[in-house]
Amino acid sequence: MEVELQVSLQNHLQSLLQEQFKRDPKPLKIHNRTFVSRLFVGTGKFSSLESMKLAIEMSATEMVTVALRRVDLTKKVDEEDLIQAIGLEKIQLLPNTSGARDAEEAIKLAKLSREMGGGNWIKLEVTPDPYYLLPDGKETLKATERLVKEGFIVLPYMQADPILAKQLQEAGAATVMPLGSPIGSNQGIRTKESIKIIIEQAFVPVVIDAGLGLPSHVAEAMEMGADAVLVNTAIAISHHSGYSAYSFALACLAGREAYLNGILKTKVQELSLENKFWNKAKPSSPLTGFLYEEHR
Amino acid sequence: MMENFSDYLQNFSFHTVYQKIQAINTQSDSYKQIEQILLKVQNEEKPTWEEFLYLISKPALNYLEDLAQIAFQITRKRFGNAILLYSPLYLSNECKSICTYCGFRYDNQIKRKTLTIEEAFYEAMILLNQGIRHILLLTGEDYRNTSVSYLGKVAEKLQNYFSSIGIEVYPLKEEEYRLLRTKGIDSLTIYQETYDPIRYQQVHLQGVKKRMIFRLNCPDRAGKAELRKIGIGALLGLSDPQTEVAMVALHAQYLQKKYWKTQITISLPRLRPAENVLQIPKISDSLYTLFFISLRIFLPDVGLILSTRESPYFRDGIIPICITQISAGSKTEPGGYSGYNTTEQFKIEDTRSISEIVEMLRKKNLDPVFTDWVYAIK
Repeated sequence: MEVELQVSLQNHLQSLLQEQFKRDPKPLKIHNRTFVSRLFVGTGKFSSLESMKLAIEMSATEMVTVALRRVDLTKKVDEEDLIQAIGLEKIQLLPNTSGARDAEEAIKLAKLSREMGGGNWIKLEVTPDPYYLLPDGKETLKATERLVKEGFIVLPYMQADPILAKQLQEAGAATVMPLGSPIGSNQGIRTKESIKIIIEQAFVPVVIDAGLGLPSHVAEAMEMGADAVLVNTAIAISHHSGYSAYSFALACLAGREAYLNGILKTKVQELSLENKFWNKAKPSSPLTGFLYEEHR
Repeated sequence: MMENFSDYLQNFSFHTVYQKIQAINTQSDSYKQIEQILLKVQNEEKPTWEEFLYLISKPALNYLEDLAQIAFQITRKRFGNAILLYSPLYLSNECKSICTYCGFRYDNQIKRKTLTIEEAFYEAMILLNQGIRHILLLTGEDYRNTSVSYLGKVAEKLQNYFSSIGIEVYPLKEEEYRLLRTKGIDSLTIYQETYDPIRYQQVHLQGVKKRMIFRLNCPDRAGKAELRKIGIGALLGLSDPQTEVAMVALHAQYLQKKYWKTQITISLPRLRPAENVLQIPKISDSLYTLFFISLRIFLPDVGLILSTRESPYFRDGIIPICITQISAGSKTEPGGYSGYNTTEQFKIEDTRSISEIVEMLRKKNLDPVFTDWVYAIK
């Protein structure tokens, strides 16, 4: 029963995603890959491989990030591990450099990942502070420059700093991934005004990463015009990660739908129709009156 | 990432944009759309470029005062009351191109003159004494008589006196802009004249100026060379003015995003009578005002420039709404400030002196600014 329900929800979600994707004037494309789902999922903190696997399936995600430091290199091939659990035929694996404290460490991890067969994609995390895991902008920029030159497709995790976003894009980053609030804090988007500027000015996709603790946070990010979101902790620590992932996916879909249709704007506009200032009588035109005066 | 604006423009053909605007001009529900956009911009949200097309449409003229109020607020908020004053210095009227609308065209039998470095310096000192600190050096399209090295020498001679030196000359290469930067030049003005590719070929008959794409990507090259300020524009009257303004807006938005350290300015000169240029299409003052106001709303941080081609009456009216930079006391012939008798590029309408302009601005509670950056002075 349970399994049937889960499969039916997944199928339904999949068809909603496909339908929205077809109408989307600006489909999500990172490097040379197009994504139907705009929800990226992390793999840390799950209680078991099974719950992680189910969460990935029920989220319909096509991009999954894995901490390189969690991948056991000594494991035998027949034992199921993280990577095998992910189903790589439909999903883009995004190894991350979490734990790296500076550019050198991050670069070393990225190269290790490529040697292990993890591919060219790398989610760059440089977090010298072990408490809030906040990203070091200077080292992140340095590592981005180097990794891009070495042929990596770099998706850097960053503070919501519009100037840094510009510099990372110029360095060749494939996306920018500003944080909503500190990793694992589930506080939502506390950096809203800066993220708005980043979205307005970006010429690569903007992925809101970290701090998104509720489906409503994800919807908010998508309504603002973010290209995608990444959620990990909130799904991983939920008592049922599968349904949690599903709810985040629906919120992501709804947020994108709202953005595409400008639903929020219409609401505001209807409310203020009665106050339309141009309907009020205007005795004079103080700024443009000069255009109509006779004595010219 | 797009290499240049010409690549970006692949998705926006002049003709398609023209048709879009024509549809907006005639659709009966355009009013409804415009009112929705008005509410949006009132809430300090930026309109999209598609919405900008509505703002410059003919039905939007009914909301001119409302839009002016919004543009006024944005301008004061972003720029305060400051109006930057600058003067052009025509170094030469020699030109190897034939552009049907220009008095300097190669086949016009006019008095030609290229100032020597000393003469240019003398002209500049006249402007300096009147308070000018931002100077714009202009030439025709003559790569030999007014070479890059000549421009560099003039700039080097002037850089100890002026806080900013700009050029409005023939299109250069990226490395030439880089070189001129080392001589004290910090800004570029280059107008596309027309974004209509068919019209472009009709009005540019001879010379380097015939190469439309080379000119179109000129601001990109200056951006890559990291000039501080780049001014673009269209000469209104060559093709459909609404479509030209839509393309200028698109160009400015593209440049702002891509060369984010460079300030972008826009100018929309209306075609003026000049030697052998007689038929001038009419663009109403209202529509022309709407263009500036809508540009301010669409691109709140862009510098908007109004030239002395416009009448004193019109300038006095529109400057307080949304203009941030104006030329003053201009002469458009080489040697004009010291009284040489050569042929001008076009006829000027606002012939007031710099001090008269300053007085006018003060009366309108605006602050005439002569220097807002110190690049050239060492």
